[in-house]
Amino acid sequence: MPSHYNFAYLDEQSKKMIRRAILKAMAIPGFQVPFGGREMPLPYGWGTGGIQLSASLLGEADILKVIDQGSDDTVNAVSIKDFFKRTAAVEITESTPHATLIQTRHRIPETPLTAGQIMVYQVPIPDPLQFIEPKRPEAAKMHAFEEYGAMYVKLYEDIARHGRIVTAFDYPVQVHHRYIASPSPIPKFDNPKLHQSPAIHLFGAGREKRIYAIPPYTDVVSLDFEDYPFELETWDESCAICGSPTSFLDEIIMDDQGNRMFVCSDSEYCQNTLKTNTLKKGAPCQK
Amino acid sequence: MYVAVKGGQTAVRNSRRLVARTRRGPRAVPEIGADQIENQLGLAVDRVMAEGALYDRRAAVQAIKQAQGDLVEAVFLVRAFRTTLKRFGNSTPMDTEKMQAIRRVSGAFKDLPGGQILGPTYDYTHRLIEFGPKTEGAADENSLCENETEKKEAPNPSFTMEPLPRVTDMLEQQGLMEKGTGDLIGAPTQDLTRQPLKIPARRSIRLQALARGDEGFLLSSAYSLQRGFGLDRHPFLGELRVGFVEVMFTPPELKFEIKIGEIKITECYMVNRFNGEKNRAPGLENGFENGYGLVFGQNERKAMSVSLLDRSLQNAENGTAVKYPGQDQEFILAHSDNVEASGFVQHLKLPHYVDFQSELLSVRSLQNTHLSKKLNTRKNNIQKNNIKTGK
Repeated sequence: MPSHYNFAYLDEQSKKMIRRAILKAMAIPGFQVPFGGREMPLPYGWGTGGIQLSASLLGEADILKVIDQGSDDTVNAVSIKDFFKRTAAVEITESTPHATLIQTRHRIPETPLTAGQIMVYQVPIPDPLQFIEPKRPEAAKMHAFEEYGAMYVKLYEDIARHGRIVTAFDYPVQVHHRYIASPSPIPKFDNPKLHQSPAIHLFGAGREKRIYAIPPYTDVVSLDFEDYPFELETWDESCAICGSPTSFLDEIIMDDQGNRMFVCSDSEYCQNTLKTNTLKKGAPCQK
Repeated sequence: MYVAVKGGQTAVRNSRRLVARTRRGPRAVPEIGADQIENQLGLAVDRVMAEGALYDRRAAVQAIKQAQGDLVEAVFLVRAFRTTLKRFGNSTPMDTEKMQAIRRVSGAFKDLPGGQILGPTYDYTHRLIEFGPKTEGAADENSLCENETEKKEAPNPSFTMEPLPRVTDMLEQQGLMEKGTGDLIGAPTQDLTRQPLKIPARRSIRLQALARGDEGFLLSSAYSLQRGFGLDRHPFLGELRVGFVEVMFTPPELKFEIKIGEIKITECYMVNRFNGEKNRAPGLENGFENGYGLVFGQNERKAMSVSLLDRSLQNAENGTAVKYPGQDQEFILAHSDNVEASGFVQHLKLPHYVDFQSELLSVRSLQNTHLSKKLNTRKNNIQKNNIKTGK
């Protein structure tokens, strides 16, 4: 990287501005703090919000992990890692426990997070009310007055029409019993990992220029009804590679005959489980 | 069989290599030079500077070259460079009356103080493609200036050094027009690139957003106004001028004003009859109102579009009912930025395996429920029929 770019790309003034927004977001869990989002050299929709958060948080001692769809080696994760390697030269890891900062798109790692770790989420649509009330000043008022009836009506309409809540990802949550927030487009499978998590969860929406946060040990409740409680997706299959029966599985189409296989979406977790299982069995996994 | 999950690193590396290769093309063809782009593709450079919101010809030229002539991509490169630059202060408001105009036209008045200056424009060229290769004696696009020597060309013969009074000021003095941009000049304003866009946005913010907005989007939005989606009257081009303006700045350590450069801009005033809103200044219940547009470089299409939209959004602010997209500031301002728009539309190329997987699970289980319900109903019906028929 040419020397006229600062450490981690952003200039220090911009980083300070973003850190102030983060502090405010931490102080008001789930509240969307507008910030002076900068243009980044990666396109909007590619994680500019997350990259700005990471850029303003990374220090020389940090260890960075980047995942997309749960995997360390998908193209966008590789590209973002390259970016921070070039601009900040920080240590990059694939290990969840080893990382101090994890930037993610669409997943939370299967390995439980620990205190001191920071999760950074890339967020396309920060306001869960966006599709109920697209006008921003109106939506802001609804949040201010905690006027969330329309959101529950939407969930109720699902039940009336389909017999259940059909939202499968980006499933809205209520943070600290106050603000309704988007967990970003993670599968609802990952929602429970946010509740009382020891890690810091920061959400950055670059195009919409908003930051919000879930501080450590905060109550995070997925919206539901007493008689229609929040449900998680389940699979009949286990991972074809590591055999894990509990992780989120991606479906891979094998041929045009309808043959499919299921593998962990979290590639690092999959490799680790495979290693542990292989050691236990003393023989390599045949699948 | 596992390619979908691993191999991103190599794929990205190869893709970047392929971009470089495609951009360079066959080695037998000489590489295009930055000076050629700057001088022979000047309007492209202007557009990239305007939408890149950075008056830096070298950066724009390099961006155009690096983006293989994809101007929206070039804008993106310029923005990503601009965003890292330090802000060291505000210039003194530019005095566009003192513009060294290469072009100045009014559609409202046949003649006006300072005169009409046609200058370089495609308006009166015939759009006939002059296909190569160049043959002896045949005309090509350069033949019209072939006999001119460099000396004659510079300074531009149509340059005027005389101050050019504004048409809108003249109308204002005659009590025919409400105050234009006067109250905005020199007033403190927020920087749109440092603060998030808040709706409703003040006019100073709106004009900033429009100045860097996508030319195509603004053009079509303005066009929709003209077609009755927001305007019920024909607007007039009060004045359009293109030329060079001095940029003056007072460094805090010097405490006096110095000239830090000269930039080429296009400035436009549109003039409309009042659309019949309330809240008019006394004596001006009948009269004209104007819309303003200013763009880096020479870009008349965009400056005119911005002026039409500026007027439309002012009217909405003054109480005109908002019925069409061209009157809705949230619609215009939130969707005019092509770096934002291009990114979000194209992010659909990124993997969404996880979300789609969740959708698949949800849809399949809904289908299963539906299917078993159907089967149950059929079974019940058969049983009922059996009872009826006594089987």
